[in-house]
Amino acid sequence: MSGTSTYQPRNAFLKWFERRLPVIGLVHSSFVVYPTPKNLNYWWAFGGILAFMLGVQIVTGIVLVMHYTPHVDMAFNSVEYIMRDVNYGWLLRYLHATGASFFFFAAYIHIFRGMYYGSYKAPREVLWILGVIIYILMMAAGFMGYVLPWGQMSYWAATVITNLFSAIPLVGEPIVTWLWGGYAVGNPTLQRFFSLHYLLPFVIVGVVVLHVWALHVAGQNNPAGVEPQSDKDTVPFTPHATVKDAFFLAVFCIAFAWFVFYEPNYLLHPDNYIPANPGQTPAHIVPEWYYLPFYAILRSIPNKLMGVIALFSSIVILLFVPWLDTSRVKSATYRPLYKQFFWIFVAVCILLGWFGSKPPEGWYVFFSRLCTFYYFAHFLIVLPLLGLIETPRPVPHSISEAVLKKGKAVAAVAMLALAVGLAGLVGSPSRASAEESEAPPANKWSFAGPFGTYDRAQLQRGFKVYHDVCQNCHSLKLLSFRNLGEPGGPGFSEAQVEAIAAEYKVKDANDQGEIAERPGRAADHFPPPFENDAQARQVTGGALPPDMSVLAKARGYERGFPKFIFDMFVPYQEAGPDYIVAILKGYTNPPAGVSLPAGTQYNKAFPAPHFIGMRNPLTDGQVDYTDGSPQTVDQYAKDVSAFMMWAAEPHLEARKRLGMQVMIFLLVFSVLLYFTKKKVWASVH
Amino acid sequence: MDSAEPTRRDFLYIATGAVGAIGAATTLVPLIGQMNPDASTIAAGAPIEVDLAPIAEGQVIKVFWRSKPIYISHRTKKEIDEVRAVPVNTLPDPEPDQKRVQAGHDQWLVLIGICTHLGCIPLANQGDYDGWFCPCHGSQYDASGRIRRGPAPANLPIPPYKFVSDTKIQIG
Repeated sequence: MSGTSTYQPRNAFLKWFERRLPVIGLVHSSFVVYPTPKNLNYWWAFGGILAFMLGVQIVTGIVLVMHYTPHVDMAFNSVEYIMRDVNYGWLLRYLHATGASFFFFAAYIHIFRGMYYGSYKAPREVLWILGVIIYILMMAAGFMGYVLPWGQMSYWAATVITNLFSAIPLVGEPIVTWLWGGYAVGNPTLQRFFSLHYLLPFVIVGVVVLHVWALHVAGQNNPAGVEPQSDKDTVPFTPHATVKDAFFLAVFCIAFAWFVFYEPNYLLHPDNYIPANPGQTPAHIVPEWYYLPFYAILRSIPNKLMGVIALFSSIVILLFVPWLDTSRVKSATYRPLYKQFFWIFVAVCILLGWFGSKPPEGWYVFFSRLCTFYYFAHFLIVLPLLGLIETPRPVPHSISEAVLKKGKAVAAVAMLALAVGLAGLVGSPSRASAEESEAPPANKWSFAGPFGTYDRAQLQRGFKVYHDVCQNCHSLKLLSFRNLGEPGGPGFSEAQVEAIAAEYKVKDANDQGEIAERPGRAADHFPPPFENDAQARQVTGGALPPDMSVLAKARGYERGFPKFIFDMFVPYQEAGPDYIVAILKGYTNPPAGVSLPAGTQYNKAFPAPHFIGMRNPLTDGQVDYTDGSPQTVDQYAKDVSAFMMWAAEPHLEARKRLGMQVMIFLLVFSVLLYFTKKKVWASVH
Repeated sequence: MDSAEPTRRDFLYIATGAVGAIGAATTLVPLIGQMNPDASTIAAGAPIEVDLAPIAEGQVIKVFWRSKPIYISHRTKKEIDEVRAVPVNTLPDPEPDQKRVQAGHDQWLVLIGICTHLGCIPLANQGDYDGWFCPCHGSQYDASGRIRRGPAPANLPIPPYKFVSDTKIQIG
C-alpha cells in the first residue's frame, strides 16, 4: 500500500484486469515485495496471529448463527443444541468461545510489544490509535458475545455492564432503559446485542484494513527502533515474514487446540451453564479474564461515578500514549530506566487482573487501589518524566548494526515471562470465591486426561441410579432417549433404547386433537417429572431440583493458586463430577450449635452455610446392580456423576479423538514450517 | 530454482505446502458438514404409523413425514377403473397403476404430495383427471398420481411404506 506497484503481469488477461483494477498489484506490493525489517523477532508475529484469530471468530461465528436462536426462552437451549446435535457443533462453539480468549491473549501481547519497543512513536501515532480503537471494539464485541448463551454469567454481565451507564448524571437512567429496551435486561436486550455482536466484527475488519494501511505507509517498527536506511536492512515480506509468521502461528495454534480439545471449559465459567435467572445473582460474579484489570479499577474507586470514569479512562488513556511518552528513543532495549518501569507496569496489570478476580474484601482492596493509582501514574507521571531524566544508551545507526550486536536474548526471556504471567491470569477468574471452602477430594475418572474415555458399564450403572432415584425429582430435558445408544455414550443397543423409551409416558396430541400420554420413542426427550417449577417446589418442599442435563459442567469449586495453573497443563476438567460426588457423600449431622432452617439438610460439601434443600438421596443397597459392582453409596455417587458428565458432554470422546489428530497435524506442520523458515532465512544476516 | 533436478529444498517446500493444503482442506469438513441435517432432525425422521380406518371411500388425507406432505387417498372403484383403462404408453411418464399401489390394497394410494415440477403441493380432488392439480404452474395428475398434463416431468413419487395390518400403514 506504499508507493507505486512494481507488479508487472505477464498474462494478457491479468494485464487487462490490472489496468482496470490494480488489486493484484496492491496485494503484491503490500504482502510480497513489501520491505520488512530483517531484525523482527517473534513478538512481531502476533499481528498476523490477530488477523488469523479475527478470521476464526468471524467464520465460526457466521456458522454458529445458522443454529443459534436469539430469544430469552430459546437461546440457552439452542447453544446446547449446537453442542449436542449439530454436526461438529461442539467443535465450532468451543473454537468460538476459546477463540475469544486467545484473540484477547494475542491482542495483549501485541499491545505490550508496541509499548516495549515504542511502536506508537512518530511516525506511527495514527497506527497506534487505530489499534486502540480496534481493541475497544473487540471489548464491546466480546462482551456482547458473552451475553448470547444466556446463562447466569451472561445475564448478570449484561446487567452490570449496562448499569455502568447509570452513573452518568441526569441522563444515566434513561440511557440504561434505552440500552435495555425495557425495565431490565430482557429479550429486547438480547436481540439487539445479537445484532451488534454480528455487526462489530465487520467494523473491526474495516478498522484493521486502516491499521494495516497505516502500517504500510509508516513501515514496521523493529526491536532496534531505528528506521531501515537501505535494502540491506530489510527483506521482502514474502517469503521471509510470511513463513516466519506462519511458523509461529502454527505454534500458537497448538496452544489454542490444547484448550479447544482438552480443556474447553477451563476458560468458561461453570455458572454460565446455568440458564439465566433474573431473580438470583450468582454468589460471585466476575468478568472474563481479559476484562479483569479494568474490573479491578472500577471496584477500587469507592464512588460510583468516579469508578466508571476511572474504568473508561484506563482504556482511553492509551490513545494519548504517543504524546505522554516524551522520550525520542523508541526501543526499550536502549532505555535502561523505561525497561524497568515497563516491567513494573506489566506486573501491575497482571496484579490488577488477579485482584479483579477476587472479592473486594480485606487487603485486596488496599492493594488494588495502589495498583490502580500506579496504572494511571505510569501514563501520567512515569512516561512524561522518564523522557526528561533518562539517559538512553547509544542507539545503533542502522538495523544491520543492531543485528551484529545482538543483545536481545534478555528481552526474549522477559517477554516469555510476560506470556507466562498472562497465562496465569487466564486461569484465575473462573475460580474466584470469597471463602476458601474445603476442596472435595479428586476422584479417578476414566474420562480424565487427553486419552480418557467413558466407562460404558459405569455410564449404564449411572443411568440406572438416575432412573431409579434422581429422576423422581430431577429432569434431564436436553437429552433424548436416542442419546443413550449414540457412539461415545452408555452404549445401549437400539432395542434397549426402544425399551427404555417405551417405559416413559410422553404427552402428545392424538388424532382427535387431545393431549394424551403415549409410550416414549427414541427421538423423544426425557419427560420432566413435574409440570412446572411451582409444582416441583410444592412436591419437594420448597427447593427447586435443577435440571441435570448440564449440571456436571455447571458445578465446580475453587481450585486456588497454584493448583489452577497445573490444571491448565494436566488438564483437569472434572471439578463438576468431583463436586457432585462430594455432595452425594457429604450429608452429616450439623455441627453443634448450628440450627438448620426448615426444609434443609446439612451437607459439608455444599457451599457455606452448608444448608442444602435436597434430602440425602442415596443409601447402600438402594439400586440393584447386575454386573456385580458394589451396591454402596460410594459407588452410586461415582457412577451417577460419570453419567451426568456424559449427559453434559456427550461428545467428549469424539472431541479428544479429533484433538489427537489435530495435535499430530499441527506438530508435523510446525516442524516443517520451522525448517522451511530456516531455509528461507539462511541467506539473510 | 535453476536446475531441473528437484533439490532437497524443493522437497521441503512442497511437503510444507502440501501439509498446509491438507490442513486447510480438512478444516472445510466441519464448516460444510454443519449444514447437513443434524442428529435431532435425523432422529425425527423415524417411521410413522397411520390408521386408515377413519378414511372414507373417496376421501384424501394429508399427513407429514420427514417434513413432507404425504397424501393418502382411499380411491373409489370408478377412479381405479379409470386409471387402469388408460394405455400406459400414452403417458408422459409411463407407469401402470398396479405398480403404484400394493397388491391387495388397490384402493389405497400413498403419495409424496410434492409436485415434480418445482416443489409446490398439488391440490387433491382437482383438475381434469380426478386427481391432483398443482396451482403453481398447472400440472395435472390423475387418480394414480401420474402426470397427465403440464410442465411436471414425472409422476408423484411413492414413499416407502408397508401395511402393518389391513387398516394401518407404516410410512418410512
